[in-house]
Amino acid sequence: MIDNVSWVVAYPEILLLVMACVIALVDLGVTSPLRSLTHWLTLLTLAAVALLTGVYASSGAVNLGFGGMVISDPMGNWLKCFAAIAMMVTLVYGRAYAGARDMLRGGEMFTLSLFALLGMFVMISGHNLLVIYLGLELLTLSSYALVALRRDDGRATEAAMKYFVLGALASGFLLYGMSLVYGATGTLDLGQVVRAIAGGEEALAGSPRVLMLGLVFLMAGLAFKLGVVPFHMWVPDVYHGAPTAITLIIAGAPKLAAFAIVIRLLVQGLLPLVVDWQQMLAVLAVASLLIGNLAAIAQTNIKRMLAFSTIAQMGFMLLGLIAGVAGGEGANMANAYGSVMFYVVSYVLTTLGTFGVILLLSRNGFESEQISDLAGLNQRSPLYAGVMAICMFSLAGIPPLVGFYAKLSVLQALLASPEPVYIGLAVFAVVMSLIGAFYYLRLVKVMYFDAPTQTAAIEAGTDVRTVLSLNGALVLVLGIVPGGLMALCAQAISALII
Amino acid sequence: MGLLSLAIWTPIFFGVVLLALGRDEHASAVRWIALVGAVLSLLVTVPLYTGFELGTASMQFAEKAVWIERFNIHYHLAVDGISLWLVLLTAFITVIVVIAGWEVITERVNQYMGAFLILSGLMIGVFASMDAMLFYVFFEATLIPMYLIIGIWGGPNKIYAAFKFFLYTLLGSLLMLVALIYLYSQSGGSFDLATWHRLPLGGTAQTLLFFAFFAAFAVKVPMWPVHTWLPDVHVEAPTGGSAVLAAIMLKLGAYGFLRFSLPILPDASREWAWLIITLSLVAVIYVGLVAMVQKDMKKLVAYSSVAHMGFVTLGFFVFSDLGVSGGIVQMIAHGFVSAAMFLGIGVLYDRVHSRNIADYGGVVNTMPKFAAFALLFTMANCGLPGTAGFVGEWMVILAAVKFNFWIGLLAASALIFGAAYSLWMFKRVYLGETGNDHVKALSDIGAREMLVMSLLAIMVLYMGIHPKPFTDVMDASVAELLRHVAVSKLN
Repeated sequence: MIDNVSWVVAYPEILLLVMACVIALVDLGVTSPLRSLTHWLTLLTLAAVALLTGVYASSGAVNLGFGGMVISDPMGNWLKCFAAIAMMVTLVYGRAYAGARDMLRGGEMFTLSLFALLGMFVMISGHNLLVIYLGLELLTLSSYALVALRRDDGRATEAAMKYFVLGALASGFLLYGMSLVYGATGTLDLGQVVRAIAGGEEALAGSPRVLMLGLVFLMAGLAFKLGVVPFHMWVPDVYHGAPTAITLIIAGAPKLAAFAIVIRLLVQGLLPLVVDWQQMLAVLAVASLLIGNLAAIAQTNIKRMLAFSTIAQMGFMLLGLIAGVAGGEGANMANAYGSVMFYVVSYVLTTLGTFGVILLLSRNGFESEQISDLAGLNQRSPLYAGVMAICMFSLAGIPPLVGFYAKLSVLQALLASPEPVYIGLAVFAVVMSLIGAFYYLRLVKVMYFDAPTQTAAIEAGTDVRTVLSLNGALVLVLGIVPGGLMALCAQAISALII
Repeated sequence: MGLLSLAIWTPIFFGVVLLALGRDEHASAVRWIALVGAVLSLLVTVPLYTGFELGTASMQFAEKAVWIERFNIHYHLAVDGISLWLVLLTAFITVIVVIAGWEVITERVNQYMGAFLILSGLMIGVFASMDAMLFYVFFEATLIPMYLIIGIWGGPNKIYAAFKFFLYTLLGSLLMLVALIYLYSQSGGSFDLATWHRLPLGGTAQTLLFFAFFAAFAVKVPMWPVHTWLPDVHVEAPTGGSAVLAAIMLKLGAYGFLRFSLPILPDASREWAWLIITLSLVAVIYVGLVAMVQKDMKKLVAYSSVAHMGFVTLGFFVFSDLGVSGGIVQMIAHGFVSAAMFLGIGVLYDRVHSRNIADYGGVVNTMPKFAAFALLFTMANCGLPGTAGFVGEWMVILAAVKFNFWIGLLAASALIFGAAYSLWMFKRVYLGETGNDHVKALSDIGAREMLVMSLLAIMVLYMGIHPKPFTDVMDASVAELLRHVAVSKLN
């Protein structure tokens, strides 16, 4: 029995699905080399979806649909809204790059992007283990195909294979974990899972040991998807191997969805096991901060460097998840998870700007991949160098840029409970971000202090120029007035059903 | 918009305009706009001085608005007797630096001028912040323009210097960030400095916090043994960068001790005063000796900065009116004198492109006007009575003698080293026979350099002859600070 609310809840997904099919069909008749019609239709769709989810989100309503299988709440809707916008920006940045590399012979990039986004939406709104899994598979299957889109390029194909094999393994982990949780609790519904576990041993269908095993597998799967150590090996290879436009599709919006499923599974589903998963997260976070930051220093390829930097950033983000519950007290939860959401949103915003500049420099059959390719960018174009510098300082966590407040709010959540372990973690994170500052600064150094090695003019369409400037400005403006986005994240999290 | 907001945002506004619109094709327009911006920024700080109410320790010209509601962070500005002169000094030095870079900088002029103007606004923000997070944001944000200034317009080894500057100071500040957040949770969710001044704190917590703040401020001051970044950076930085660094950025650290360490952690400050005093004495004596053997003029002045800042921290941690006031006076005096010293070296460097003392000799023969200024500044640097350098050092030494005779004696002996390295450098560079063909070809300073030197000379002499306007302003605030420090916060 599907009630009216269910349909309303699913409108954004339905719209996305219908338009993805329509665009696939319309594209058959498109002949222009850059697929203008398809491109603009896709952007229009994404704008409509972003608007719709934005309206949902600002209404603040929380609704369950389809018998409790999907949920529409402010957190989910804001994340969907941001994901749709991030996908729009990604496509604006990536179209010329893709067009120059024979990736726009068909309209697959657009359709697959829409399906990937649909997968993210389903992940974000899933309130049932299987729904979340289905969303995740839709996202990853679309991503594999996207990475392989440049089919006559050996490196991209290799990256696609690696991504597929490791991704399938991770999905296996996750699914196995879900099945164990199902076995232990007898239900797939997150609300019932949490009640069953909270009810103690007699409320469980299976043994607690099975449940714990399930948790371990779930964590491994999630860690894979987030790309944190020790499940990070695919990240640099795929970032490096995939065409840069596709790298951005993987590096941008999906981080929002990954954050959503972490909240859904761990907080909304397995909160009674918080002590156990916080310990695991702590290990993952420390290892990611350490290995991500140290390995990033050694990279000469900018995409690999950014891949390791992502690993480190995700590690930092996990610290916020650890801070939610301290000493059995959950008073800090809304604060901590709100901080994490702010962290992820600002991270995605900054990543978009960074890759936007790299994509811009990679035109004319030339891959701008080495850090040295950025040499003297300030002399070639102060605007783009400025955007890149703003993004780098933001990732390094220097005020007054948005990345600073992201780090500040996570550290604040961590230090809200004066446990010595948390203070230790905070100091460790801070020392690691010092190491991080080194490689971000090196990029600034290359752009500003080195002499240019190329003189080719940087060509950019008006759309790219505008969006990129806005993107850079937003990183700065949100750094000067971060209050609004912070409050938005905090409200979204406090409206969660836990 | 309040006066302090104007003082902060006027230079930043002009800086951003220059960055956005300036091109090297119309460099002269860029220079004039920068000068107008800097002068305007200086003018808006004048009412701060004329309208300042003497004899009260209360915070004046306060502005308060909610900035980040979620963390209870306020855009809260105010000045008292401790910070007032530092704000004026910053605006003044910015004007000097803009004029000093007039013809010297020919590439990316808009970015150079823009960076200095923005930096000026940010530093004023540091001195005017009454909210710890606002303070931190300004404090850290100053790193970005300075990093670019050193890296773009610096000397041959500029990249090493830029990184060393950034990372060294960042490490300290990050530990301070942890301390700030800890205090935020301890105070029940407030970044307000006045609230923190009243916050009771246990002994262990105070000690840990003290060292976290110490990490940030001692690196910035810089105190021995974390001073090693300063000589490297000064040598490579462009003249204007060195001047701002020595004149103002070092003061950010010393100011931090006064605004954070002393009032928030009075017990730890008293407990660890011996450490600070020891390190200060080492800076004064040992670093003074190190300065003597330098072959590079900029390095020599950099080490002498470390020694002079040793007097500042020494004055703060003897906990007497005279000592703290002396420290603050020394900060301001050093602002004028060190800026003058570095700009003087810049004058020579622009002509000869060498900073080695050995490459000069007998400059007085070809540049008599300039040598006269240089003599004045050298005398101020070694603390001759009648110059700015004398007042602060004298006050600190008096306070130190009262505190403990031997400490006073050691501090006083440093004056001899100061005189030795300053005068010896002067002798080798300016006096004697004309050293070589480069020196023979030197032309004396022009109108622009004359203007820079004269402005600084006026301030150096004025402060030396009539220091009352400087000390009057700070009396009440310093007394209040010391009353506060005397009360234990342990419960």
